[in-house]
Amino acid sequence: MTDAEHASTLQPFPGRRRLGEGGNASTPAKPYRPFSFSRIYAITTNTITELTRLKVFYVLLVFALLLIGSSIFMAQFSFQQEFQILKDVSLGAISIFTSLLAIVATARLLPQDAEDRTVYTILAKPVPRLEYVLGKILGVLLLLAISTLVMAAAFVLVLYMREQAVLNAIARQMSGAPPDQISDALRVVRSSAFNFNILPGIIIIYLKACLLAALTLFVSTFATSNIFTIVVMAFIYFIGHLEATAREYWLQAHGSGLLARVFLAVVALLFPDLQAFNLVDDIVAGTAISLALFTKTALLGIFYTVIYTLLAAFVFYGKEL
Amino acid sequence: MMRGLVVVGVLLVVGTLKLPVERNLALLHRQEHFSGVEFNLDLREKIGQLGFIAALSGFRAIVADALFIQAYSAWENTEWGRMLLLFRQVTTLQPRVLLFWDTAAWHMAWNASVAAMNDKTQPRLALRVKAQREYFALGKDFLERGIKNNPDRPELYEALARLYTEKYNDHERASEYYAKAADLPGAAPFDRRFSAYELSYCEGREREAYQRLRSLYDEGEKERLPNLIKRLKFLEDKLGIPQEQRIPEKTKPVR
Repeated sequence: MTDAEHASTLQPFPGRRRLGEGGNASTPAKPYRPFSFSRIYAITTNTITELTRLKVFYVLLVFALLLIGSSIFMAQFSFQQEFQILKDVSLGAISIFTSLLAIVATARLLPQDAEDRTVYTILAKPVPRLEYVLGKILGVLLLLAISTLVMAAAFVLVLYMREQAVLNAIARQMSGAPPDQISDALRVVRSSAFNFNILPGIIIIYLKACLLAALTLFVSTFATSNIFTIVVMAFIYFIGHLEATAREYWLQAHGSGLLARVFLAVVALLFPDLQAFNLVDDIVAGTAISLALFTKTALLGIFYTVIYTLLAAFVFYGKEL
Repeated sequence: MMRGLVVVGVLLVVGTLKLPVERNLALLHRQEHFSGVEFNLDLREKIGQLGFIAALSGFRAIVADALFIQAYSAWENTEWGRMLLLFRQVTTLQPRVLLFWDTAAWHMAWNASVAAMNDKTQPRLALRVKAQREYFALGKDFLERGIKNNPDRPELYEALARLYTEKYNDHERASEYYAKAADLPGAAPFDRRFSAYELSYCEGREREAYQRLRSLYDEGEKERLPNLIKRLKFLEDKLGIPQEQRIPEKTKPVR
């Protein structure tokens, strides 16, 4: 095997070729680029494929869809109660399962690659570790986006079916009533069912899952096993929901001791405020979400995701493999 | 080691930068009536340990629904005390859901109060009436607290007005709450009318009631409903309104 032939077998990632190496001599090979989106894309698609082969993904997805679907059997309640519970349970299920999936799927990415030796094969090629980390996290974020979309579609479908059933039942019951009374009754049903405020709520749920995925990736760069990562993330999840309380106590200088104040400061500074991402509870209650609140919350989620991803890459650079 | 210190340093710097942003966001939440639930010991005592943990994890809507379904079962089994406790937990967790306040008040003031009055195990009428009034008060309390948490939405004002009419026979307060509901955005068109109807039953305020009903009548055909015409004619007689100022005898009511 010539040098050129040998080199051509080691080109799974675009951008690897150098001038004069392999391929058709008349086509000039692309120079090596220190940052390549196509390499990241290759790692991302590979990550997605790996994750979709996981049984846990399907178990979680099926369980979430079952939970959303089960809301259909709430006929004993009035339609307002039924829609309220359906929306609460469905959005809660989307929130729980995207968060769980973000943690479980990300926690195993790096340890699994190390165990399968895949990481050595990839990093032996001129792939910067930043690209490797970016490819991995983008794969998880894409998977989370697909899962969120599937669950949201199931939720909207169930809600639409129930709304239509109630509308038909009311139209039948009120067939002899004046048209304005019928239209009033139908309007009340429609206003209790789907409203577009739910969509920004679902986007915020997704961004919270992205944040958790990035944070899990960061933890997994220095964790010794994926179980450790999951346990740490479970603690971070609870503490993150308490962060706002800790922050307010710390900043308002309540009469607590030095140790308590240091503890509160650590919680407030090191953990993300996950409570800020729980907008759906109030959206379902009928409160409209303002554009300012949505934008600020979304930007905070993106900011956290970027910071934790960069920190994960930084730690991963220093990791001995 | 050095890398670890850099990471901690970056996290602390990011933490310091994010603090004002998160505080502003929390303030914005409060301004828009989000996050009406304060996670403190009071809530912990009300909803129990498991519920508190679930609420802390961001699943308070689901916990509230589970408790609501339990309250529904308690109603089916006529366990009024348990139902009251559960509804207090539900409304504590989800203070912005009007449905929970309204249902809780309805169960207390209508269902539990009737059950108390028909309680065969209590032979003394005075004690049955006392129990009934206590349930009225519990219903009223739910609605008043609901209004305190949702001052910008008309539905609970309407419910409280209904309670004053049907349970306390207090038309003046009922009129007041219908009027408050009518002033809010998204109010039902009947709120103004009902406020005037209720006022027409109040001794000494007939003139004011007449003026309000008359101005509704003058707005056009849409407001000329059978009850409005009936109350208007009653007040015209009672106040001795001159014949030429009265509404036509054969006013055709709108269905």
